[in-house]
Amino acid sequence: MDIIIQIEHLKKHFGKLEVLNDIDFTIERGKVVTIIGSSGSGKSTLLRCINLLEIPDSGRILYEGKDIMSGHLNVNKYRSKVAMVFQNFNLFNNKNVIDNCMIGQIKVLKRSKEEAKAEALKQLRAVGMEDFAYARSTTLSGGQKQRVAIARALCMNPDVLLFDEPTSALDPEMVGDVLDVMKELAREGMTMAVVTHEMQFAAEVSDFVVFMDKGVIAEQGTPDEIFNHPTQERTKQFLSRYSNR
Amino acid sequence: MRIDLNYAWRALTKSWPLFLYGIRMTLAFAIVGTVAGLLIGLVIGAIHALTIDPLDKPLTRVLKKIGHVFTGLYVWVFRGTPMMVQAVFLYYLLKPVVHWSSFTAGMFIISINTGAYMAEIIRSGIQSIDIGQTEAAKSIGMTNTQLMIHIIFPQAIKNTFPSLGNQLIVNIKDSCMLNAIAVTELYFQATSIAGSSMRYIEIYMITACIYLVLTTVATFILNNIERRLSGKKTVALKEMSA
Repeated sequence: MDIIIQIEHLKKHFGKLEVLNDIDFTIERGKVVTIIGSSGSGKSTLLRCINLLEIPDSGRILYEGKDIMSGHLNVNKYRSKVAMVFQNFNLFNNKNVIDNCMIGQIKVLKRSKEEAKAEALKQLRAVGMEDFAYARSTTLSGGQKQRVAIARALCMNPDVLLFDEPTSALDPEMVGDVLDVMKELAREGMTMAVVTHEMQFAAEVSDFVVFMDKGVIAEQGTPDEIFNHPTQERTKQFLSRYSNR
Repeated sequence: MRIDLNYAWRALTKSWPLFLYGIRMTLAFAIVGTVAGLLIGLVIGAIHALTIDPLDKPLTRVLKKIGHVFTGLYVWVFRGTPMMVQAVFLYYLLKPVVHWSSFTAGMFIISINTGAYMAEIIRSGIQSIDIGQTEAAKSIGMTNTQLMIHIIFPQAIKNTFPSLGNQLIVNIKDSCMLNAIAVTELYFQATSIAGSSMRYIEIYMITACIYLVLTTVATFILNNIERRLSGKKTVALKEMSA
């Protein structure tokens, strides 16, 4: 078992609200782990803690065995290794598609313009957005924006890709395009942690599923264990709401 | 009360070199003041908009707090007092130390005065940009400085361009306050001409018309730039060059 990220006893609260309460969680190299649960269960906060967009109150996050909050690790360098895809895409509005994919490579990875451009085009091709390389990011549809956002993250050649509800803000007919890209990445062996409400996708692609409820991991296991043989009452309740839809 | 248009025309044909000199000075003060004010405003506005990050080291935190206090004071004082008072006060206060001419002093004062307004515009521009832009930049490892320069500033400047450009219009007019330290801009020239001829109405009518022409031309240019910034022209150009 090759663990990239290991989380131990993670705690986070916003004001009086306990959002994460003693979370232990691991991401293995080459595996896809999905995090499911109802809104407010803490799943997005957990993901954001991994990228340090939220700073945990206590606990440890180990990246290849090193504590990322110890101060010895360069936070920006670490973040580039753990790229994130957001619910609202967050493409840089002042840049066109290819510049969105190049800026991080040039400024963070210190690649030359030519290298960055070649990598950007390669990744845009992978997500099927090569034809839009010189379009302004603000003119794209939601599904197109999200595919560009995935390419932007891939351009950093990260060890792990974090997805924070990547299809929740999309029109239904766009969801498939984005999920297809993610499935392809999973097939290629990309390490991914995905917060999602797409149960079908989670069941199909995941190596491991984590069900969160009220700030704790209520149940975890293989997709078969979670979706077909859940042991916890609250897992069953949560899943029944989806199967009844 | 009547306006002698014939006299006005004769005054203009006779004194136009003096008016022209005043126009050149007024434009110089307005343009330098606006550009330098924008640069000052970018720095001050950015410091003012800095948020304390939980990842900051204690020293960084202290520096940021000092920065907030300093920029707050600066904006408070220079926005809260008339430029004319600032001009006279600073000119005489610093004259024994830096031995400056009224020209240099005028350039300095209009720049730091404009900087205070620009700082407020830039700060609100920065704060109006979606937090997602910052998070996305951080998530790929960009530093705070990098994300400011490459992501936040360009958007903040573009979004606030109408307000920033308005400062040029304001400066074309308000540079007249620098006559208080004997800067020979347009209003100062008008006063000299009117004083020697005792024809105040005609001379100031001409002066008002000149100001109106200057601000109208400036407005026209600014509107053009604004259209370029927001329009699709930039896309077309980039696509062609690609």
